[in-house]
Amino acid sequence: MDTLTLILLDGIAFASWLFLVSAGLTFAYGVLRILNIAHGSLYAVGAYTGATLAGLVLHSGANPLLAYPVLLGAALLVGLLLGPLLERGFLRRVYDQDEVITLLLTFAIFLILEDGMKLVWGVSPIIVAEPYALLGQLALGGVTYPLYSFLLTGVAILAGLALWVVIDRTRFGKLITSVIHDREISAALGVNVPRICTVAFTGAAMLAALGGAFTAPMVSVTPGISADVIVLAFAVTVIGGLGNVGGGAIGALLVGLLRATAIQFLPALDLFVVYALMTVILLVRPEGLFGGVEVRRI
Amino acid sequence: MRDRSLSRWLVHVVVLLAIVAGPPGRAVAAPAGAPPQVTIGIVTFLSGAASGPFGLPAKAAAEFWIEKLNHEGGIGGVKIVPVVIDEAGPTDQVVTNYRRLVTDQKVDLVIGYISSANCTAVPAVAEELKALTILFDCGTNRVFENAQYRYVFRTAAHTGIDGIGAARYVLSVKPGIKTIAGLNPDYAWGHDSWDIFEKAIRKLKPDVTVVDTLWPKLMQGQFTSEISKLQADKPDVIFTSVWGGDFVSFIEQAKPRGLFAQSLVVINNDGANVEELGHDTADGIALGFRGPHWISIPNPAGNQLQQQFIDGYRARYKKYPMPHGSYHVVQALQGVKAAYEKAIKAAGRWPGVDDVIKALEYSEFDTPSGRIRLAIGHGHQAVEEAVYGTTKFDPRLGFAGLGGVKVFPVKCVNPPDGVKVVDWIEQGFPGAECP
Repeated sequence: MDTLTLILLDGIAFASWLFLVSAGLTFAYGVLRILNIAHGSLYAVGAYTGATLAGLVLHSGANPLLAYPVLLGAALLVGLLLGPLLERGFLRRVYDQDEVITLLLTFAIFLILEDGMKLVWGVSPIIVAEPYALLGQLALGGVTYPLYSFLLTGVAILAGLALWVVIDRTRFGKLITSVIHDREISAALGVNVPRICTVAFTGAAMLAALGGAFTAPMVSVTPGISADVIVLAFAVTVIGGLGNVGGGAIGALLVGLLRATAIQFLPALDLFVVYALMTVILLVRPEGLFGGVEVRRI
Repeated sequence: MRDRSLSRWLVHVVVLLAIVAGPPGRAVAAPAGAPPQVTIGIVTFLSGAASGPFGLPAKAAAEFWIEKLNHEGGIGGVKIVPVVIDEAGPTDQVVTNYRRLVTDQKVDLVIGYISSANCTAVPAVAEELKALTILFDCGTNRVFENAQYRYVFRTAAHTGIDGIGAARYVLSVKPGIKTIAGLNPDYAWGHDSWDIFEKAIRKLKPDVTVVDTLWPKLMQGQFTSEISKLQADKPDVIFTSVWGGDFVSFIEQAKPRGLFAQSLVVINNDGANVEELGHDTADGIALGFRGPHWISIPNPAGNQLQQQFIDGYRARYKKYPMPHGSYHVVQALQGVKAAYEKAIKAAGRWPGVDDVIKALEYSEFDTPSGRIRLAIGHGHQAVEEAVYGTTKFDPRLGFAGLGGVKVFPVKCVNPPDGVKVVDWIEQGFPGAECP
């Protein structure tokens, strides 16, 4: 297989995963103006829940293909449980506070969830590899790709489309946009702002958990995965523009393709190029590629 | 008056009973000047990515073994009391915690450190505080190669045997290899591991060429692009030092893509999580151990301590003591016990730190890993055999067993005392004794 095809396939596969793990972070910032450090923990809880439930299905003797809807169900479950709990219990109290307070609060939630996960799932890794290989492989010129990579791309595209449809094509999306632009005026016009915030954060939590649940079959679900993912998610979010989901998708694609290119030609610099890109963009456009006024429209 | 005399009698009876019975669990009479307890600071990862595969199994092994030692009379008849603290955090914080352990908690000695970065930072402070410190698990070969310490020892082999053992194993099972590639985490451990393996295999087979050197971020979890590149370049051998979660993720992602059928993948440490991988393991991986630390090596039938360790650990934790950290912490405890008891015998009283150091230098002691010798690093650094074998799922174990096992003797994979491992390789392994 020629190098360009390799770069495209690997880059898109990595970008799909990056988009899944960062879309919720971008969305939450867009609506609530909260940089959620605990986003990585929601991703990890999604991974743990997905791995546990998929493991139960696979060991029960049921059709193994059921593992995929179970992974999706796990993400929805985590989002529905933790989203409202965190938003109503904690975040709502600091919307009017300084950004440092929200950062500290979400960092505290991150630490609490880290220990909570250890209490619930222990420290031994949870390994559920079967769904990764179950769909088969595609051989392309001597390089084999698991079809799961393409499934992940499909899930990322569907998640992106779903966000776009909800925000740009529904009444609820218009209400979200109104809240983003001016919370007070929206409330004065009769919009139930607290409800919008709860639903929006729950959606962001679902996206984080979705990224975790569909990553679980590819990795060892173990303590510490939250912190590892949050750094990359922040890089993608900053490159695309804080709060801009479309920008996040472009940012993920740029990072994915750049890293795949580096691995082919300069593997020692594969990490450097990602953060070099972030640095250059911050210097040239501090608001990110698609930041600025457009940010508030998500 | 009668009351006072009665209470005096009662006191005498209690004291007499106490002398006859002795303290609970103490089977050996403590020597003159013995303290009521030996407090050992144990530093291991209790949180973070290294806690699951290495830190917590080491803590579990330490707690089990200390309980066993105390049941048998502790150290020279004195009970061991562990103080366990977390190794996680930046190096300066780890050093501060070490200082607190020694100066505030006044431990008698410290057994600790899995991270090579911590093992290179702590010794200078140990020397300053004159605190006996046993590095139990970290891999870097630089600790005693770049400096000489009085108060610091390491009772496990350094990573030199990982890379040299890997090179020798690869050439023994696949002598005709032409191309190699590296996939190593992008930090000191990964770079040192690759450096030693690459130098060793090129010295042993000079016509080998390197086709890829890939440096994924530690705990990256995603190896899609790296696996594609390795599949496209098709090296005969892929050397990797990924561990813990990365080890599992790499196997999960590489196995369905057929990488293990295409190239011989050799992992220079046990990778940890072999048991947890269960049936998701991949066959045909060359798995290495920094010392004889496998469930059948040393053979438990010929090593009572190994039998006790495996049986006791499994009974208590329902798992095998798999990762090398579990064995290494027990080696440290056995070394300390042997040194104290040797020093007590020599001095005829409870020894001071200088007596223990004298007893520990160039010493030998029995462990579940066999007999350990502090033979290099001016008597402060242990040497061990390197063990490599090829994975094959074993239905009786429920996880990967090892086939084609080769045990490389101490003098085959360790440089002589006073010689740096890289120099030894570049000089062509002078004095090496291999089967």
